[in-house]
Amino acid sequence: MSVLVDQNTRVLFQGFTGREASFHARQCIAYGTRVVGGVVPGKGGTAHMDLPVFNTVQQAAEATGANASAIFVPPAFAADAVMEAADAGLGVVVCITEGIPTIDMIRAWRFLQGKSTRLIGPNCPGIISPGKCKIGIMPGHIHKPGAVGVVSRSGTLTYEAVHQLTQLGVGQSTCIGIGGDPIIGTNFIDAIRLFNEDPATEAIVMIGEIGGTAEEQAAVYVKEHVRKPVVGFVAGQTAPPGRRMGHAGAIISGGSGKASDKIAAMRAAGIVVCDTPAVIGETVKRLIG
Amino acid sequence: MKIHEYQAKALLAQYGVPVPRGEVVYSPEEAGAAAKKIGGSVVVKAQIHAGGRGKGGGIKVAANTGEATEIAKKMLGMRLVTHQTGPEGRVVQRVLIEETLPIERELYLGVVLDRAQGKTVFMASAAGGVDIEEVAAKTPDLILKETIEPGMGLAAYQARELAFGMGLAGPAMNGAVAAMAALAKAYEGIDASLAEINPFIVTRDGKVLALDAKINLDDNALYRHKDLLELRDLNEEDPLEVEASRFGLNYIKLDGTVGCMVNGAGLAMATMDIIQYAGGNPANFLDVGGGASADQIKNAFRILLSDANVKAVLINIFGGILRCDTLATGVVAAARELNVKVPVVVRMEGTNVELGRQILMDSGLNFTVADGMRDAAEKVVRLAQ
Repeated sequence: MSVLVDQNTRVLFQGFTGREASFHARQCIAYGTRVVGGVVPGKGGTAHMDLPVFNTVQQAAEATGANASAIFVPPAFAADAVMEAADAGLGVVVCITEGIPTIDMIRAWRFLQGKSTRLIGPNCPGIISPGKCKIGIMPGHIHKPGAVGVVSRSGTLTYEAVHQLTQLGVGQSTCIGIGGDPIIGTNFIDAIRLFNEDPATEAIVMIGEIGGTAEEQAAVYVKEHVRKPVVGFVAGQTAPPGRRMGHAGAIISGGSGKASDKIAAMRAAGIVVCDTPAVIGETVKRLIG
Repeated sequence: MKIHEYQAKALLAQYGVPVPRGEVVYSPEEAGAAAKKIGGSVVVKAQIHAGGRGKGGGIKVAANTGEATEIAKKMLGMRLVTHQTGPEGRVVQRVLIEETLPIERELYLGVVLDRAQGKTVFMASAAGGVDIEEVAAKTPDLILKETIEPGMGLAAYQARELAFGMGLAGPAMNGAVAAMAALAKAYEGIDASLAEINPFIVTRDGKVLALDAKINLDDNALYRHKDLLELRDLNEEDPLEVEASRFGLNYIKLDGTVGCMVNGAGLAMATMDIIQYAGGNPANFLDVGGGASADQIKNAFRILLSDANVKAVLINIFGGILRCDTLATGVVAAARELNVKVPVVVRMEGTNVELGRQILMDSGLNFTVADGMRDAAEKVVRLAQ
C-alpha cells in the first residue's frame, strides 16, 4: 500500500514542453508513472513525447481522465497553475516550481480551501510510492518498496535518508517532499495523518528544518494520535538567526524556528530524534526490528 | 531583501502612511543643508541594515544646523556596532536628517506572514518604542492581532478594533486607522515579507507618524518590482555572498574552519550540523543547487577558498539526477585550475558513484574520498585541525 499516489494515478505535466518538465517527465515515465499528457496554453492540439498537449487543465482532464498533475511552470505563473489544476478537480497536484511570491501562494492557498485537491509543495521534490508511481524530480532508483513513510521539507536530505533506508534493506511506502516554502499545500501533520491511517505503513520518518513551527505542531499531533514509531531529524542546528538558509522558509526569526525547540518538542512527543543525519536509516531499522 | 529606513519611509509615504519630514545625506555639508531646510532641532540617524542603532550611538539629536553637521561628520564613516551587526559592525555611509516631534505615545505596528494560517497578520501594540520580541515573549497580551483575508486587505473595522485596543481616541484614532490601512496596502503592494513601524507615534497635537520603519521584501517577487530592486545596498551585504549570488550559488559566511560545498539547502544545513557534531566548525553554508554545472562548482570552490579561515573543505553531493562522474570531473578540473592547496574530502552518492570515486583517486590531487556523511565529517574535521 501507499498514500496519495499509486499505479492507478494518471498524471498531467503542466508546462510540459519546457526543458526541465520534459526531462523529468521522461524520468517519471521510465520509472513506470502513467503520464497521460500535458498542458501548455497555446500549444493545445499538438503532441510532445508522443503524448497529447492541451490548452487548459480542464480539457486535458476530460480527455485523458487524469487525476494528478506535476507543475513545472515558471514562478510568475505557478500559483495560477495550482488554482487551475484544483478548479479542474485533480486530486493530487505536485508543484515543483521554486521561487513563487508569497502573496501569490496566500491567494492560491485560500482558493484551495474547501476543495478536494491535495497540493504538495511548492518548491519540493515531489512524491513517490516506490515501484508504483513517481511524480517529481527525485532519483527513482534509490527507493525501494516497503513500509516506511517518509515526509520531509528538504530535497537532497530526503534522498540521503531514503538511500540509507534502502541500503539497509528497509523499503518505503510513500515518500513526500512537502517543500521548503513558508506556505505549502501539505504539511507534516497532513502527511503523518495519511501514514498513520495507511495500514501498510509501519513507521514514519519526518525530516524538518529551521524556520516556522510546523515541526512543533506535528509533534503535538504525533503525541495525541500516532502509535507507530516516528523517527525525526531537524536540519539547521548550527544555523545563525536572521539568515535565510537557502529555502525561503528556513530562517530563524523572532526567537522561534530554532532547531533546538523543534527537537525538544519532538522528543517530548515520543519521536526518536537523530543527532546527526547519518543515523536516520539505522535508527529506523532498529525501531522496526 | 532588506532596505534602509529612509527607503522604507519613502515607500510607506507613497501609500499614505504619515512620516516625518526628512532627507538622506552622504556628507556633513549635505547634512547641514538638510538641517537648515528642515529648521529647528533635527535627528541624525545612521542608515544601516540593523536594529539597535540608538544604543550603539547611531541616533543623535542636534539642536541646530552646526550641531547636525558635526554629528554627521562623526557618524559618517564610523563603524556602528549593535546587537544585530555582530562584533564587526557596519560602516555608516548615509545618514537620515529628520525633524524632531513632540512625542506623546509610542506604539507598534507590524505586518507579517502567519505561516500556520497561510495568511497575512497585522499586529499592533500600545507597548511600542521597545524591543517588540521581548514584549511578545513577556506580555503577549499586549500584542493585538488581526488576520487579513487574502485579497480583502485590512478591513476598516479591524483597524478600528486595533486602534481602540491601543487606547486611541479622537483625531489620533482616525489618523491611526488610515495609517494602518495604508501600511497593510503597502505590504501587499510592494510584496513585503515584513513591514514594521516601531515606534508609531502619537504627537501632543494628536498627529500619528511612522518614526521608524523596517521593511523586508520578498526576494521571489522582486522580478515584478524593478524599481525596488534599485534600493539594494550592496555595501550592507557580505562581498563573498554577493559574488556567490552572481553564479546562482547560495553562500552564507560563518566563523568556522571547514568549508562546505553541498547540493540542496537541507543537506547543506545537515552537513554543517554533522561537522559540528564531529567536533569542528563550518566556515560557511553553500548550496550549489540541484543541477550544479562544472562552472558553478569551480566558482563555488573559488568563493569558499577565498575565506582565509578555511583549513579543509568538505564536498557533500547527493547526485540524484546529477551523475557522480560528471561531478568528479568538475571537481578535479576546478581543483587543478585553482591550484587548491587545502585538503579536500569528497563524499558523493548516487548514479555512477564508483566511476566518480575512481576519477578523484586517479587525479593525483589531494582528495580524501569518504564513505557516508559521518565518515566525511570525521575526516574533514581531523584534517582541519
